[in-house]
Amino acid sequence: MASNEEILAGLAEIVNEETGLAPEAVEMDKSFTEDLDIDSISMMTIVVNAEEKFGVRIPDEEVKNLKTVGDAVSFIAGAQA
Amino acid sequence: MTRKVVITGLGATTPIGGDVPTMWQNALKGVSGARTLEDDWVAKYELPVHFAARCSTPALDVLSRVEAKRMDPSTQFGVIASREAWADSGITEFDQDRLAVAFATGIGGVWTLLDAWDTLKEKGPRRVLPMTVPMLMPNGVAAAVSLDLGARAGAHTPVSACASGTEALHLGLDLIRSGKADIVMCGGAEAAIHPMPLAAFASMQALSRRNDDPQGASRPYDMGRDGFVMGEGAGALVLEAEEHALARGARIYAELAGTSVTADAYHITAPDPQGLGATRALKAAMFDGRIQAEDVVHVNAHATSTPVGDKPEYTALKAALGGHVDNVAVSATKSQMGHLLGASGAVEAVLTVLAVHERKAPLTINLENQDPEIPLDVVTSSRDLPAGDIVALSNSFGFGGHNAVIAVRSV
Repeated sequence: MASNEEILAGLAEIVNEETGLAPEAVEMDKSFTEDLDIDSISMMTIVVNAEEKFGVRIPDEEVKNLKTVGDAVSFIAGAQA
Repeated sequence: MTRKVVITGLGATTPIGGDVPTMWQNALKGVSGARTLEDDWVAKYELPVHFAARCSTPALDVLSRVEAKRMDPSTQFGVIASREAWADSGITEFDQDRLAVAFATGIGGVWTLLDAWDTLKEKGPRRVLPMTVPMLMPNGVAAAVSLDLGARAGAHTPVSACASGTEALHLGLDLIRSGKADIVMCGGAEAAIHPMPLAAFASMQALSRRNDDPQGASRPYDMGRDGFVMGEGAGALVLEAEEHALARGARIYAELAGTSVTADAYHITAPDPQGLGATRALKAAMFDGRIQAEDVVHVNAHATSTPVGDKPEYTALKAALGGHVDNVAVSATKSQMGHLLGASGAVEAVLTVLAVHERKAPLTINLENQDPEIPLDVVTSSRDLPAGDIVALSNSFGFGGHNAVIAVRSV
């Protein structure tokens, strides 16, 4: 079980690895597409890497609901609970 | 009136230099890019061949990590060479709808394909990343170059094994002559120094097994030749309609005067022993460029260093050039950088253009005991090419019976 802060930090690391964005730019209220300019291929790569890192499963139909970084953090926290 | 096509930009990343100036200096000096492979997979899979010629500058020294992540290694090399050629051309303003790409590969994204297969077996389908298909597809390199330059007049990928890079120039010339484009970024890229292709080429007895002497292993025309040395890298050339180049005051290296492609229809891998397909390709390229045998002063030969491959090329040169073949300075540059497969024709085209432009022939190394059945005038020490109007040819032949030839004329 990871705290929301730990999940955010882990997610920021994955986003940085995929896109080169600075980890501190990955904030809870940021939109993946609008703010972080992440395309669908990068988003799926981030999802798959997050599944491995956090030991959760993020169903494909759920991915479209993960609009902000906060959405992803909450989903991962819920899936780990 | 046929449009005249000129070459205005050159790029390369190879085992003997990560850019054109370094490669050219080394090609005139005569160095070997072959090294013993330090990878643990050589022993793990008990590969019969322990060496290859890797690019002297790793792609990650040039591209950013994030940029490289979305490209197969072959595409990384292609984009590096294309950027150098584009910068070298000095083109700043252009019509994107009139810029095309003809960028070849022989094998394509083999690292991506086999890595994804390993991932599927070890971790399941969910871990096979979404960039897998665009990275492994053979047109990945042409697509990446098109995206990088904003080329919208079509992006093509000729695939004809080791003739691919030369066939890209054949296609590029045609795109400009037929009026479909004014500029074409032509090239070839390959990155197949992976245990599977090494095992496969070794299985067909195509690779040298001189494991105790990697730098002496690629020895075209030598009696001791026993196969080619696997290389990797990319070459790129900016082709431009002459009127387009003149209008912007471009530096013109040479004219791409003629090209041709033929097929042997003889055997899937063995070259026609009479070299008939190669002869037809040479004659067709010369006819296309309105070139007489006496105009030709230099040939960058395909010469891979296999026992059976080097001789039919000589037979073909003799048939196409007649007695004049004795007066032609022949360079077998695979002796230095190994065989870059689908990239070889593009890199050798860069060397051929420079040979014509600088009036110097690159060296052939490791020729100690020349095969008496191949009495060519092989360039083994510093050699100047004559002044005046000159023509050089570059040959490439590929498994499948593909023959491709380009003719480069001085301007």
